[in-house]
Amino acid sequence: MNTNKVIQVKELTKVFGDFTAVNAITFDVEKGEIFGFLGANGAGKTTAMKMLIGISNPTSGKATVAGFDVFTNAEDIKKNIGYMSQKFALYDDLTVKENITFFGGIYGLSRKRIKEKAAILIKELGLENVANKLVGSLPLGWKQKLSFSVSLIHDPKIVFLDEPTGGVDPITRRQFWELIYKASHQGITVFVTTHYMDEAEYCDRVSIMVNGKIEALDTPKKLKEQFKVDTMNDVFLKLARG
Amino acid sequence: MKRFIGFIKKEFYHIFRDRRSLFILFGMPIAQILLFGFAITNEINNVDIAILDHSKDATTKEIINKMASSKYFSIHQFIEKESDIEAVFKKGKVKAVLNFEKGFSENLIKENYANIQVITDATDPNTANTISNYVNAILQNYLKEQNKSSVQVYQIVPQTHMVYNPELKSVYMFVPGVMTIILMLVSAMMTSISITREKELGTMEILLVSPLKPIQVIVGKVFPYIFLSIINAIVIIVLSIFIFKMPVQGSLFLLGMESVLFIITALALGILISTISATQQTAMMISLMGLMLPVILLSGFIFPITSMPLPLQIISNIIPAKWFIIIIKGIMLKGVGLQYVWKETLILLGMAVFFIGLSVKKYKIRLE
Amino acid sequence: MKTILYIIQKEFKQIFRNKGMLPIIFVLPLIQLIILSNAATFDVKNIKFGYVDHDHSSTSRELIEKFSASTYFNVHTDFPSEKLASQAMLNGEVDVVLEIPAYFERDLQKEKHNNLGVTINAIDGAAAGVENVYVTQIIQNFNKNLLVDLIQSSGSPKIQPINIVTIPSFWYNETLNYKTFMVPGILVLLVTMITLFLSGMNIVREKEIGTLEQINVTPIKKSQFIIGKLFPFWVIGLGLLTVGLTIAKLIFNIPIIGSLPLMYLYTSIYILVILGIGLFISNFTDTQQQAMFIAWFFTVIFILMSGLFTPIESMPKWAQIITEFNPIKYFVQVMRMVMLKGSGFMDILPLLLKTLFYAIVMNGLAIWSYKKTN
Repeated sequence: MNTNKVIQVKELTKVFGDFTAVNAITFDVEKGEIFGFLGANGAGKTTAMKMLIGISNPTSGKATVAGFDVFTNAEDIKKNIGYMSQKFALYDDLTVKENITFFGGIYGLSRKRIKEKAAILIKELGLENVANKLVGSLPLGWKQKLSFSVSLIHDPKIVFLDEPTGGVDPITRRQFWELIYKASHQGITVFVTTHYMDEAEYCDRVSIMVNGKIEALDTPKKLKEQFKVDTMNDVFLKLARG
Repeated sequence: MKRFIGFIKKEFYHIFRDRRSLFILFGMPIAQILLFGFAITNEINNVDIAILDHSKDATTKEIINKMASSKYFSIHQFIEKESDIEAVFKKGKVKAVLNFEKGFSENLIKENYANIQVITDATDPNTANTISNYVNAILQNYLKEQNKSSVQVYQIVPQTHMVYNPELKSVYMFVPGVMTIILMLVSAMMTSISITREKELGTMEILLVSPLKPIQVIVGKVFPYIFLSIINAIVIIVLSIFIFKMPVQGSLFLLGMESVLFIITALALGILISTISATQQTAMMISLMGLMLPVILLSGFIFPITSMPLPLQIISNIIPAKWFIIIIKGIMLKGVGLQYVWKETLILLGMAVFFIGLSVKKYKIRLE
Repeated sequence: MKTILYIIQKEFKQIFRNKGMLPIIFVLPLIQLIILSNAATFDVKNIKFGYVDHDHSSTSRELIEKFSASTYFNVHTDFPSEKLASQAMLNGEVDVVLEIPAYFERDLQKEKHNNLGVTINAIDGAAAGVENVYVTQIIQNFNKNLLVDLIQSSGSPKIQPINIVTIPSFWYNETLNYKTFMVPGILVLLVTMITLFLSGMNIVREKEIGTLEQINVTPIKKSQFIIGKLFPFWVIGLGLLTVGLTIAKLIFNIPIIGSLPLMYLYTSIYILVILGIGLFISNFTDTQQQAMFIAWFFTVIFILMSGLFTPIESMPKWAQIITEFNPIKYFVQVMRMVMLKGSGFMDILPLLLKTLFYAIVMNGLAIWSYKKTN
């Protein structure tokens, strides 16, 4: 097995009743890469991602994440990944610090380590003034950044982000991507779904999913050349219109 | 108006699409009324008793046989000494011990007089008291047979008419009660939850900024539940008539109208709960914890209100279920018309108006 | 183990932070215990009594006098006619009507035998039965007095009828105090309802807000998560029991004869059953609304078929079999046995074992049905 490939997916398929949500997708993700997982709403992005993070059983195919099989070793995968869902999933009725402590705790970090991590994290995000405020009272942009940082609390090998920037303003989006770059520089593989095509330009490689299938996969530059257009947006439109 | 109808349609779609909830809403009340109609009775039958017979003579045998052949008692065991009584009660199964004194027949022949001690486990005072009364009644019958020869003088015999329920069926008592409780809780719970749910998910704001008036939003949300509750009421009434043979002496139409009124009162209470709770969890806890026991205990469903201490009799007046139970018993069993229950009807109506008025006021305050 | 502590800590924080819920969890049940325990009485008293006296003789007045002297009857009205009396009964103003026919006294003296009309509103069959007993007792006493008068006046005793006297003896509750009976039972209901509703809503709530997914992508073990979730409610349940028992003792003066540790031992197992049921419901539902309806359904069944308000022995056989699955029934029995009768460990052992078995099954099902992956 090539140890540089932290995610290997082959013919992965998910069927709900008579609806094929994910249709035999195949791709690899390299260590340290920012991998953009693009597609329109309902194209199957989230379903595919849920199989990779071990909360949804694939119907058929093969996939390994961080060297573990999604069929047999889902729980081992979970130790090595972080995840941030499109629905904000921290506890609104806990404070910033308490959320960090809680998630650090269930990932099995020591008290001391949690304290250190919390201090660094709060400082980096500039949340010192609200560290003891309920998360529910923070603006959405702050919540998203906090949520991202919390998903990295146990230093995972790979982090999965499901439409992390939905509903936030352009400035916050920019800041968010800076956080993503920073994580990437530290050697964390980033797997991100989005339907903002400008964000696709920030990725090392992107795949574009249409109706459950991956229709294109390459660096943004090469994709634009291949489809002879100037922006990823046009690439996407060309693919989506078939 | 068209918009409003569209909104109501949307609410219906919501409800009918959620098959599981729909099943719960209809299936559970039916299951409950069937179960309780058959199972809940405060008649006392087949109570396990024990016998401590110090005489073991012909008379005591005869009396024991009388006890055993009555439908009230079944003889669970015979014990030999007083000290066993405690142990038998502690096991919990035996509810009473009949203790025949030594030389029972002899005493009866010589002195015309003998004693039976009836020891009951009075942790349940009702059962204990009833057992004691039944033992007495069986003995009285026995004595009457024995005393036929001796002269009876100056006898006043009461001719008792049990009106409205000659067979003393406890179904007549409990079916109206169960019906009330189901309608009350289902209606209040459904509305309070469905409105707070929209609040929690943030969709309430969307509805409130729409051109619909707040009152239209609320009515629209509640309307489908009125419809559902009415169907529930019809099913329950049909079941009580055909399965439990409840009579409807009065007007079925009046019964229907009163049920609708009660449903609206309960729904209005649900709306009020939803205005004071921020989350579904709070709404549910208020409607379940806050309503369940008071409705069961203070409505006269099981326990007679007249026997309660005065302060509780006064508190019971604010329980809508109390008034509805009086109304349905009146219509179904006594066959009375509106002229006899207008007071109760007005009280329910007043409560509905009060709940709605208070909710509207609360909503307005929030919106400003 | 450490992981569990983090979950417990989080759950407690969330519970104590929810200002709307705190009074519902801790105050409401206790208020209900204090107030509602007074309501649950089958005593039949303050009976609304009326009469129609067509005779207006000294005997009829004497008889009515007996009814007004009785503590059970509130003598209400002297109705001029049956028609008015039955109208009052329709209105609910009167529940028992005594009707004394014309020439009652004259006929009694002539024929030594006479009939009286008694009409009882029998919608509440049980109460009507008791009312009938009271009426009969009063009339029998009246007869006895007539008999004594006769024996004294004639001077020569007739053949005396034999008599068997029952001496009632009410153990554990001599005064037939309903509160002794109801307070432990209502306490049981409140502990059960709080723990069931809270646990039933708990996981499904996280499902609905989306935080459960976040938990499911962590390497936490199913059993760790479930235990961490349950523990706080278990503590709340036992806390509620403690306060409830204190109220029972101090306010209602209910005797606590049996062993307190035994009661706590049983309760701690019992609450596990309820929490298991709650979590099981939570796992099988998608929304809090569904979870609550199911919890409500079972609670009503458990309460009404627990033997708390109506006796289980009187239910039909099939219904009695259903009550075998009713945890509240066991709890009510154990509380009454231990608290009021002082039953010991061996006495409640069968109930304890059944409850333990139930707890194992329900919690097994709860852990099994909680799926991190679907």
